[in-house]
Amino acid sequence: MDPSVLDEYDPSSFYCEMLRSAASRVVRERLAGLSINALKERAAAANAELYNLGITFTIYSDARTIDRILPFDVLPRILSAEEWRHIESGIMQRITAINLLLDDVYHDQHVLRDGVVPADLILGNRNYRPLMRGIDLPYKTYVNICGTDIVRDERGTFLVLEDNARTPSGVSYVVENRHMMLRAFPDLLDGVSLRPIDNYGARLIAALQEVAPASAADPQVVLLSPGTYNSAYFEHVFLAREMGVPLVEGSDLLVEDERVFMRTTGGLAQVDVIYRRINDDYLDSEAFVPDSMLGVPGLMRSYRAGNLALANAVGTGIADDKAIYAYMPRIISYYLDQDPILPNVETHICREPKALRFTLDHLADLVVKPVGEAGGHGITVGPRASLQELDECRAKLVADPANYISQPCINLSVAPTLVDGRIEPRHVDLRPFAVTGSSTWVLPGGLTRVALRRRSLVVNSSQGGGSKDTWVVE
Amino acid sequence: MRGSSSEVLLARYADCIFWLARYVERAENLARILDVNETFSRDDRGGQNWLSIVQLNSDEERFFATHRAATAQTVVKFYVIDSGNPTSIVSAIRYARENARTLRPLISTEMWVQLNVFHNRLAALVEADLTSGKLASLFGSIKEACQTHTGITEGTFFRDQGWYFYQLGRYIERADQTTRLLDIKYHLLLPNLSDVGSPIDVSQWNALLRSAAGYHAYRRLHTANTTPARVAGFLLLNQAFPRSLHHCVREAGRLLGEVKSRYLLRQGNDAAEELDRLRGVLGTLDISVILSEGLHEFLDLMQRQLIALTRDLSIAFFGYSPADVPTKSVAQQ
Repeated sequence: MDPSVLDEYDPSSFYCEMLRSAASRVVRERLAGLSINALKERAAAANAELYNLGITFTIYSDARTIDRILPFDVLPRILSAEEWRHIESGIMQRITAINLLLDDVYHDQHVLRDGVVPADLILGNRNYRPLMRGIDLPYKTYVNICGTDIVRDERGTFLVLEDNARTPSGVSYVVENRHMMLRAFPDLLDGVSLRPIDNYGARLIAALQEVAPASAADPQVVLLSPGTYNSAYFEHVFLAREMGVPLVEGSDLLVEDERVFMRTTGGLAQVDVIYRRINDDYLDSEAFVPDSMLGVPGLMRSYRAGNLALANAVGTGIADDKAIYAYMPRIISYYLDQDPILPNVETHICREPKALRFTLDHLADLVVKPVGEAGGHGITVGPRASLQELDECRAKLVADPANYISQPCINLSVAPTLVDGRIEPRHVDLRPFAVTGSSTWVLPGGLTRVALRRRSLVVNSSQGGGSKDTWVVE
Repeated sequence: MRGSSSEVLLARYADCIFWLARYVERAENLARILDVNETFSRDDRGGQNWLSIVQLNSDEERFFATHRAATAQTVVKFYVIDSGNPTSIVSAIRYARENARTLRPLISTEMWVQLNVFHNRLAALVEADLTSGKLASLFGSIKEACQTHTGITEGTFFRDQGWYFYQLGRYIERADQTTRLLDIKYHLLLPNLSDVGSPIDVSQWNALLRSAAGYHAYRRLHTANTTPARVAGFLLLNQAFPRSLHHCVREAGRLLGEVKSRYLLRQGNDAAEELDRLRGVLGTLDISVILSEGLHEFLDLMQRQLIALTRDLSIAFFGYSPADVPTKSVAQQ
């Protein structure tokens, strides 16, 4: 007889999301009755269906476009109601603090004058937008949609790794993965009480209508996409459909009398709220990058005049900056007088002498990251670095300590994953999505990304990452 | 103007849905023509028949740039799997799919999935799939996939403005295809002047009717003998035949009138008047008059009026300025 799914699975010393969770007991029992071969067949059918549904992202290679699905692993990642309550409250706290920070930074800047965050980190940040100074936003909500990257260490503690406060993506996979699970594994889900996730679109449009200009009685919401060639186009389609709003491109919109209109078959129709999936830089060629074709010239004039709501607001990029991240625990306690519910990964801010001293003393055990770089550039991973690399890192730290932070190496938790016909432990993270209008709501669960390569900690879709359905079990 | 989302339609979406319908209709017509030609051209006119398909699409120049002769093999390959040929079936379905991808917020998931799968299937075809033993079933499956699209659309597409522009595209394309089909085949099949009085090749005229899916309807109407005039009259003027020019023009006129009044669209009066006039002409003309004054001239005029109609719609509803309306339909992707 074929071995059943979890028979030969061994997560070694890592924290396993499946074996360590009491909430997954029912699922483990059911998987014990399922052979690996049967699982493989159903997994292949599910991935073929994702391709037919066109739930794909686009890769450009040799001037050809290739539609790939985000590989879907059929073994769910399971969170208990209690674990979820903890994550949810932590995210709400964090987003509240982020919105207070942004409102303060673009108004009176108490946080800078009180020395909680160094002024140059904010004012010198490339994502700081002086144009936003003095604009009052409804409910002081700057970040309407936030994706918070959370990891779990070897003791099972949830830690925030990163805030995505500009245009976080991935929520479409959360919902589509669930639909796929419901179709492919009804037996696994039978009688299990899961928190539903299919009301994301309804929650999102309600929040967007809440922040519409007061002058709009029945606000017209649109989703602004860079177009069909954007790698996240499927998600833009998904969101427009779920909200029931037009999916527009820059060329569909124009600004007249500081109001935004879209071109329709019946002429021009006014637009009140734009959920934009275009970065600040390309949003308005009058205000930002001059030769951008993606955005709408004059958009910021309409925004400043109060005739338009943008989600997310312009200038939120300062809140998800690596350097600001390090200050987030202090920002939370400054505005809310609370300790963070979800801790950061322990971060040493090297511009502070004590942290620099600690970093230099423990260089071989730490990950050192420059604050201004993105995409993993300039990172020194102590445990894997040569003596020469450590010396170079030491020299850079001493020369320009303010440009660096350091963090311990985290052993991410793992989950059983179907890889090449076997069930193996693979590292996972979690990106819950939060929607904020007048208040914050968090979609139960979120996107579990899984690093499909053995021992890899990189979960990005462009680098061999896949995803799992995430269950919050009552 | 301010309206709720269900009442407004982006000009770009109207353009895309109009062309989505046209491309699927075009693919279906091409599959019909190739199918009938494949089945009925095994005689001494065979070579001429394959050439006529190239002429039907005005593709002589591009075709002969890469092919020496119009044979069954070269023409079928050019029109089925050649993705570099914008008038091939695979290209038409690719354009339809690209439009559908843009339109995903508007169309049903079933419409998208079917076109996506259909396109992936066509794109995977290779020359070995085009051997003569496999062609009939291949054309059958292409026709059926196009009809599946039509059926899924009928059964799932929300009846708002988009539905009207979708149907407008379908009828205008169908009208255009019928005139082209008749234009080429009529002259090809007519006996030479010296042969006047000799029996016409009935099977070829029946084949023409079959490629327009009109054979059985025609039989019900004309139980006696088949004459070129009757076939032409049927394809152009019959009101009940769904692919006749008259039927398509009448439907297009009705749809445009409805969408304008239902959604208070003030533009498009020129197109509406033109359709009204055309319908009047087709309702009163007799086929003998058309033939005596020159069928080719008549069909050419009709094609030009359909092109002008598309241009009017593009300016009135699809957001084009008169200067940048695409002049050739294949430019529309």
